[in-house]
This record gives sequence, structure tokens and C-alpha cells, in this order.
Amino acid sequence: MTVEPAIRLRGASLAYGPHTVVGQEKPVDLDVPAGQTTAIIGANGCGKSTLLKGLTRQLPLVSGSLEVLGRDVEGWNPRSYARTVALLPQSPVVPEGMTVEQLVDRGRHPHRGWFGARTAQDTVAIAQALELADLVGLAGRDVAELSGGQRQRAWLALVLAQQTPVVLLDEPTSYLDLSHQVELLDLVRDLPDPRSAGAGERPRATVVAVLHELNLAARSADHIIAMAHGQVVAEGTPEEVLTPANLEGIYGLDADVVKDPLLGHPVVLPRTAANRAAAEKVGTGTAQLP
Amino acid sequence: MSAPSLETTAAAPAPEAVAGPSPAAVAAVRSLHSRARRRLLTATLCLAAALALAMGVRVLLGHYTVTIPDFFAILGGEAIPGASFIVMQEKLPRAVAGALAGAAFGAAGALFRRTLRNPLASPDIIGVTQGAAVAAVTVLAFGGVRGTGMAAAALIGGLVAIAIVLGFSMAGRSSAGAGSGGLAGALGGATFIVAGIAVASLCQAILSGAMLALSQHDLQAAAVWTAGSLNAVTWERITLLAVLMIVLVPLASILHARLAPADLGGELAHGVGSRPGRTGLWSLVIGALLAAAATAATGPLAFVALLSTPLARGLTGGRPSLPAAALCGAVIVVVADFAAAEAFGGVRLPTGVLTGAAGAPLMLWLLIRSGRKA
Repeated sequence: MTVEPAIRLRGASLAYGPHTVVGQEKPVDLDVPAGQTTAIIGANGCGKSTLLKGLTRQLPLVSGSLEVLGRDVEGWNPRSYARTVALLPQSPVVPEGMTVEQLVDRGRHPHRGWFGARTAQDTVAIAQALELADLVGLAGRDVAELSGGQRQRAWLALVLAQQTPVVLLDEPTSYLDLSHQVELLDLVRDLPDPRSAGAGERPRATVVAVLHELNLAARSADHIIAMAHGQVVAEGTPEEVLTPANLEGIYGLDADVVKDPLLGHPVVLPRTAANRAAAEKVGTGTAQLP
Repeated sequence: MSAPSLETTAAAPAPEAVAGPSPAAVAAVRSLHSRARRRLLTATLCLAAALALAMGVRVLLGHYTVTIPDFFAILGGEAIPGASFIVMQEKLPRAVAGALAGAAFGAAGALFRRTLRNPLASPDIIGVTQGAAVAAVTVLAFGGVRGTGMAAAALIGGLVAIAIVLGFSMAGRSSAGAGSGGLAGALGGATFIVAGIAVASLCQAILSGAMLALSQHDLQAAAVWTAGSLNAVTWERITLLAVLMIVLVPLASILHARLAPADLGGELAHGVGSRPGRTGLWSLVIGALLAAAATAATGPLAFVALLSTPLARGLTGGRPSLPAAALCGAVIVVVADFAAAEAFGGVRLPTGVLTGAAGAPLMLWLLIRSGRKA
């Protein structure tokens, strides 16, 4: 596919004060494919979240340029930018005394004027977001009373109500059990691009998610970006990125990679030296692995 | 999804995301929204009625009772010996000043609460009213400045106090090397509250020192004023406060609305296109000016700003509302002033003593509650 990338980063570096976190050795170039789900993986402290902060413009680029949907973000008005790019942060503040419906309503902020009253369009967007996140029944509940998983879905609904063609998610699955993780990632994967109204085959939104769980990333993502020490060290399809050699480079992890028998995506099986030694003794080893 | 028209919704009622939300979901959202709005409207109207009632009681009843026909006759300009003077120079100015100052404190409290995202972050806790009081007493003690000059000094004092607190809390953060720093980070931090409490105590100490420099005559008045009292209100002071509020309250309402995304924390607020740092700085300036203006008129009425916001939120069902908080503040001050004057027999307490006594337990309760959450 030779489509214009949704996000194009050129010669970028990001820093907290004097401390450069992303692109300290050489500036980062990065393309995020449009209409696909991209997972950013990497060890703790490798700069994944910082990169995401750069993409939301929370952290200004020290050097380089950022283009979103073909437009340079320099001087892009914040509210208009928020109608294009939405962010679900890692651990949002749980507000006091706010219902789920009022929380999701905040996602409409960039679509409103100064004293903006709610429009019919807002109501539809909120209802749709609640429905997608399966929260209609909980819409009147206090956010603080929800379980961790329900709360995560409420934040997601807020981001969905924002109706942006690009959605950034910082570790969206942290507080969820496995089945809810799969459910949430399948949901964001199938998000339609809000710019294309009408029926028929709709293009998907561009989704970028920082993920820790590699097998989930392999299952849900079309494209994977691997980071280590503030650099992009590998990118491509899950099959291209999740190889034993790359995993060694990214995490210092010894692992075998097999193919999911049903879905065909790579599955990472971590090994230790002790595992290998024990397997050697029994005589199985990794002989039957591809 | 940008405006999926109602036609497509009706034509394709499939549960597919593409088809738009189901009518049931839309109806649920609509009914929740209108219920919340009704609650807010009811609470605001009830508070307005309570304020009217409290002001009526303050003016008509108490140690000198005025009949309603007499009151309107006096307002109409008729001179009733004795009653005219007491109503126009004592009872009515107290009620009006109490309502205005209370509303200013309440609005300032709501703005600070939303900006700083902490129930304890009220202008009377973090040194704004104390800063205003210090400046006012200092110009009185060392310059003999009174009236408008003193009010101007109070405004400047309030702004200086908030600037010092902000400076300290930002310095504290950058030395800690916190990442998501800057203004927005400093505004949400506990450092801000601690720095504010330190500044408030410092102001209290300077105030005590400055009082020693006052003449015997001024000392009496200043002591009552610094306790928070409506004794010395004049129509001149009321006019000044009213003029300031006409400018500041609309600005405060706009900022309060603009800061709504900040309730969700800095990152999400940023994500929905709000810049809580910049807006927050403005709202601290406007909030400090409101609290300082009220302080100039009535002295630092303790805890009115702190009390109003949680009370208003309780009445509106948890929804932050600046008008509701302002009305709450107004009701609190008018009621406290009436009680201070009438409830203790012959003793007339400064109003601030009463609001302080009511506010202290609430502050402790808020402390315990925020401690439990952390």
C-alpha cells in the first residue's frame, strides 16, 4: 500500500528539559500508516510514552518536524488538532462526582464553542461512543464507582466521542483482564474513520497504541514499531518485527516465535537459559519450531 | 461519524457501529443530560431564593424590626425618623455587602478549586486573602492610605501572594525533575497547597507585626476588619466592589467553563484541545482579584471560599457550577452576619469568626477525605 502516512515524523527528538529521551543518538524518522492499527512496543523507559506525548504535542519537538494527515502541526490550533488526534493517557485522573455520560461528554469539547451548549450532533456522538464501549447501561453511574475495566471503557468512550481520524492510546489494556484486553483492542482496531460518512465499506481510523503484551500486539496490530533507548529499532508487520533476533535486541529477551495456528500471527514464547538447558536434557529442544 | 444523519439511523437499525447509535442510546443520553440540567437549574433557583430570603431577614428582622411597607417606603426615598437611617446606613449596606463579598469569595473558590483540582485549594487557605489583608493594613499603617487606595493595595497584595505561591511550587517541581511539568503540572500539585499554606502563615505574621505600627484609633478598626466584618461597610466600598465584580465575575464564568476539561487531568485536557496551563494562570489571576476585592470590602471572611464550592456541588449533584458556588457564598455570609449580630445576645461577633468556626470542621473533613483517597 502506497498511501500517504497518517503521521510523518522527520528528524525528531524529544526531551524533558536537558534530558533527551527520544532521538538522542540520531533523530527519529517515523511513518505511521493511515487507516491501520500500529502498536508501539519496547522495554520500560525506552521512550514509547514520550514519543506518544510528542505526537499529541504535549511535548514540543526539540528538533525535526511532525506532519499529521499531510499537514505540518506547527501552528495548528489546539482545538482543531484535537478534532484530528485524540489521546487516551496511561492513567487519567478519576474525576469526582461525574457520571459516565458527563465524562464522555468532555470528549466533545473540541467540537464546541466557548459556552457551547450540547447539540444534536453531540448527543449522537456521545450515544454512539457509549454504545461502542458497551456502556449505555452504565451511563448514569458515577465514574468513581466503576470497576477498573469499566472505567477504562469509559475513558475510551470519551476518546471515541471526540470522533477523530487518528486515535492514540497509551497502554490502554493495563487495567483489564485478558478477555477485556482482546475485546478492547478488537474494538479500537475496527474503529471507522469519522471523516467518511455514509454507508458501505468504510475506511478505518488510524490507531496507534503503546502495548506491553507482545502477543496481543501481534494479534491486533497491522504494523509494529519497536523502540529501544529512544530510537526506532525495527518496524513492519508483526511477522517482520517479532523475530527472535529483534526481541533479543529490543528487550534482551531470549524467545522462540511460533505461528498462531488459527490466526497466523506470530506468538512470542519467552525462554530462559534454565529452560533451554532442561529442554536439551529431555531432548526436545527447539527442533520442531519453524 | 461526523453527523451521522437521523435518516441513516432510522433506515439501518443494525447494531453495527457504522449505522449510528440506536434510538434507545440516544434517548438515554438525552434524558440523563436533561435530568442533570434540571438539577442544576433547580439548585441555582433554590439558592437564589434562599439568598433573597436571607437578605430580607437581614434587613427587616433582628434588633430593629422594619415592616415590609416601611422598607419599600424608605427605598422609595421617604424619610422615616430612625428607621431610614438604620435601614440605609446599617442594615441594607450590610446585607448587600455580605451578598456581594460572599458571591465574590464563592466564585473565587470555585475557580481555584477547578484550576488546582484540590478541595483545599481555596484562596483563603493558600494565602490570597491574607496577602490582600497584609497589603491593606500595611498601607494604612505606614502610609495612612484609606478608601480606594487601600482597596487597590489589597488587590495587588492578593496577586503578589498568588505569584509567590506559584513561583515556589514551580521551582519545587523543576528541582524534583518531574517530567510532565510546566505550569499545568504545577497547578495540579500538592506542592502548590503547601506553598500556599506557608505564604498564608507568613502573611499572618507580617499582619500581626504591621498592626503594632497602627495608631490606637486605627488599631481598633483594623483588628475588627482583619477578623472579617461587615461593620465598616459603606456605600462607597459597596460600589467599588460591585464595579469590580461586574468586570470579574463574567470573566470568571468564562474561565470556569473553559477549564472544564482540566477536571480530567492535564493529559486528557490537553488531548481534547484545552490548554489548562495558560487558562489556569488567567483563572488564578481573576480568582485572586475577586477574593482580594471582597477582602478589601469586608476583610478576610474565613473559609467562605472554601465552604461554598463543596456545598454548591452537593446541591447540584456533583456538577461544578460557578453561579451556584457564588450564590452559596452569598447566602453563607448574609446568614453568618445575621447570626453573628443576633444570636449571641448583646455580643456582636465579627462575621468572620462565625464563618471560621463553621469552616474549620469542614476543612478537617476535606483533609481526612482527600487523605483517604490518596
